[in-house]
Amino acid sequence: MTSVDIGMPVSGLQSVPHLPDEAGKQTKRDFTSDQEVRWCPGCGDYVILAAVQSFLPELGLRRENIVFVSGIGCSSRFPYYLDTYGMHSIHGRAPAIATGLATSRADLSVWVVTGDGDALSIGGNHLIHALRRNVNMTILLFNNQIYGLTKGQYSPTSRVGQVTKSTPAGSVDTPFNPVSLALGAEATFVARAMESDRAELTGILRAAAEHRGTALVEIYQNCPIFNDGAFEVLKDRTQQEARIVRLRSGEAVTVGAEGDRRVLVRKGSGTMKFVAEAEAATGESGAVVVHDPTLDDPSQAFQLSRLDTPEMTHVPMGIFRQVSRPTYDDLVRDQVEAAVSTAGGPATDADLAELLRGRDTWTVG
Amino acid sequence: MSSKSVRTLDRVVIRFAGDSGDGMQLTGDRFTSDTATMGNDLSTLPNFPAEIRAPQGTLPGVSSFQLHFADHDVLTPGDAPDVLVAMNPAALKANLSDLPRGATVIVNTDEFTTRNLAKVGYAQSPLDDGTLDSFHVHPLALTSITVEALAAFDSLSRKEKERAKNMFALGLLSWMYTRPTTGTEAFLTKKFGARPEILAANLAALRAGWNYGETTEDFASSYVVAPAKMPPGTYRNVTGNTALALGLVAAAHRAGLPLVLGSYPITPASDVLHALAALKRHGVTTLQAEDEIAGIGIALGASFGGAIGVTTTSGPGVALKSETIGLAVSLELPLVIVDVQRGGPSTGLPTKTEQADLLQAMFGRNGESPVPIVAPRTPADCFDAAMDAVRIATTYRTPVFLLSDGYLANGSEPWSVPGVEDLPDLHVAFANAPNGTDPKGEPTFHPFLRDEQTLARPWAVPGTPGLEHRIGGIEKADVTGNISYDPDNHDRMTRLRQAKVDGITVPDLEVDDPTGDARVLVLGWGSTYGPIAAATRVVRNAGQAVARAHLGHLNPFPRNLAKVIHDYDRVVVPEMNLGQLALLLRAEFLVDVRSHTSVRGLPFSTVELADVISTTLEELS
Repeated sequence: MTSVDIGMPVSGLQSVPHLPDEAGKQTKRDFTSDQEVRWCPGCGDYVILAAVQSFLPELGLRRENIVFVSGIGCSSRFPYYLDTYGMHSIHGRAPAIATGLATSRADLSVWVVTGDGDALSIGGNHLIHALRRNVNMTILLFNNQIYGLTKGQYSPTSRVGQVTKSTPAGSVDTPFNPVSLALGAEATFVARAMESDRAELTGILRAAAEHRGTALVEIYQNCPIFNDGAFEVLKDRTQQEARIVRLRSGEAVTVGAEGDRRVLVRKGSGTMKFVAEAEAATGESGAVVVHDPTLDDPSQAFQLSRLDTPEMTHVPMGIFRQVSRPTYDDLVRDQVEAAVSTAGGPATDADLAELLRGRDTWTVG
Repeated sequence: MSSKSVRTLDRVVIRFAGDSGDGMQLTGDRFTSDTATMGNDLSTLPNFPAEIRAPQGTLPGVSSFQLHFADHDVLTPGDAPDVLVAMNPAALKANLSDLPRGATVIVNTDEFTTRNLAKVGYAQSPLDDGTLDSFHVHPLALTSITVEALAAFDSLSRKEKERAKNMFALGLLSWMYTRPTTGTEAFLTKKFGARPEILAANLAALRAGWNYGETTEDFASSYVVAPAKMPPGTYRNVTGNTALALGLVAAAHRAGLPLVLGSYPITPASDVLHALAALKRHGVTTLQAEDEIAGIGIALGASFGGAIGVTTTSGPGVALKSETIGLAVSLELPLVIVDVQRGGPSTGLPTKTEQADLLQAMFGRNGESPVPIVAPRTPADCFDAAMDAVRIATTYRTPVFLLSDGYLANGSEPWSVPGVEDLPDLHVAFANAPNGTDPKGEPTFHPFLRDEQTLARPWAVPGTPGLEHRIGGIEKADVTGNISYDPDNHDRMTRLRQAKVDGITVPDLEVDDPTGDARVLVLGWGSTYGPIAAATRVVRNAGQAVARAHLGHLNPFPRNLAKVIHDYDRVVVPEMNLGQLALLLRAEFLVDVRSHTSVRGLPFSTVELADVISTTLEELS
């Protein structure tokens, strides 16, 4: 009756009905709804929407078994534009609603679309609890470091000093690092991608969908109206190689272009720093850090997440953590199924009658 | 048998009172179970502090359990105890003012030490200073007699032996009222099966209490209360919370759908979560959420997926869930919100009863956001109310409030167990095919195309091919469900949602007016049923005519309510709030009802309500 062998990776889509091979391939059009997309011109959300619509056919799932649930904010309009089942809910609560849906329906592929304000401010509690429970769902967190739909207030990922409508003298709030937060919340899959890097984003979406448990994908997304250029240094081709740290499982963690490459090493005390390739080769500065997202201990992944700074000097991109742990919804369903099967099958009228009678009854007449 | 006399009584009210650690709730529960199996009708009132263990021997630490049982139908736990068992000075002091002259008081004298007396402000012992002159007092060294009775149990400490004193008291009362102790013996065997010494000691204490009654000269006679005449059937004793949980399970069974509860612990609703968590065998899924908001979010998500989503809470939890209830109104999905009301505002009186969430249930959301309200009247009625809440939720695709309260939740009464085949059929048809055509003439699904009869929209669950659709909290265009900011559409949708709730079928209000010429109607809702019925009985027995009716549906009201109200010269509305139903009635029917209110955390007394009715009758004459 147990559907999860602990320790063995099981696809997050295992119990979701797939299309038969002869049904032919779905296309982006199959996932495009008839609704007019109403984001601002130039919004990064368009790029993400196109990437998701193009990627979903790859999964080969029955469209009717895919559900997108969102909260409130610009990004949360996402479900309206996908021709799947969808719910545009209320501010911050999508992970809770998705938890109820995913737990009661093993046959659905459940996705949550949220933003930095929705997920990390008003919905922070639900986000961390979804992550620790490891409910089988994929959370796409669009991070543009600003409140867009309410027209430009600072968000929990805005930089200290950022001037916005609600912080005319500069924000004094320490921002969240969403990846660090997720790792601290016992997340089993944590990744970061750029909206503009479609190939990388698609690869991460695929891995996230296949992950059994809660997968959190932070997607840097530009708001052209209220926080334009927030990630420009990462998009600028002259700078990005020196700043983006591409995490590749089994490979040394490096930054910079060929010839100017710097390698991440760990000193005996545990601190990490980038050193020149030649220096790293001597081993004197410390051990070269080899990325392994499957490590049970999240410490290294957490340290990598801390390389990121508000100045975006070094920004790791890719999958930080990808480990297997029993999922909440599987365990909950297993308990119910075990109780039902031990009792010999679903409750009959006679079983209900016995329950209603209870133990201490007496008869009149 | 002893040679003592046996006297017959038609009814008795007993109150067990002691320190929070004295096991009074357990003692009361057991006495109730044994009384129920004897066939008496009964009603109970547990009354305990919110603190788990307030300082020992103090007034805030007093916990009590009152039981009213009779050879006829019982409507309330009784205004005043005929018998008070007081395990310490605090229990005596806290309950003394409720005792009528001539009541029997059994006190545990071992606890009447100078120190314990001082804790509750007694300068001298009330056992000696004449305070108790108007009562029949049985001073018993309960603790030391129990310890003595357990002298042979070498392996138990004195403290462990002392702890069995509640079983001694139960044994004594069982003798006094000729109750069998076999049920309690079986209960103890199950509870302490793994600890034979403790089990044997408790059984010995129970027996010692019984024998003490039979042999000591202090108790001159025992009493018999004959079984009540009740309709034929199989009966069990249930608390409101148990009946409510069973009603939800039965409703899901009769709907052929899984039950999913999303809940966050809160007094006095948590027992529903506990009860349902133990019923996985019946396909029940319970999720204890991170907060109240997540609890209802989980339930709503499950409803979207085709389950019967339920959330259980109390008033403060409803406040947190309000936004999600509004979302459910907008999504038009089935959802049951169980509010076991307690004293408010804010944390208020967590373990005491009140009916002050009616207006919160009715109006506590932004926008025009109508939600049907069902309210059970007795502990056993919680079963039927839960089934009816599910019926309304699934038939009309709407969130439904089920307003229980602390008195119903913890109180108990005999319940005639219904046959499964007699329960209403709640099967629901999910949408499974397109119900319209798009502008190109292709078949399409319109998630907000309504049933003409019920105005309910289709319930199309994910996994159904061809019916992919999006729903959300933004206003939707009529029929298509697409986002719409059109002024006329919003006006139409707002009125449609209201009309849907207004059109819900609820049974007509039944009026109890035996003579047919009463000029005063007493109209109540929820748990005031018992006290109101008892009070009207008192007034009628005094030869006066009074009519009585009780609302089980607060939104919409029964169709005949307007006529019923206008049929009487005066309508009295007793409520455990400051007049919330009265406000609704005045607004709806333009009738100046007489509001009688009390917010003491306790049910009305029969005497109090009988006085109100009599006064009203006098004013009219």
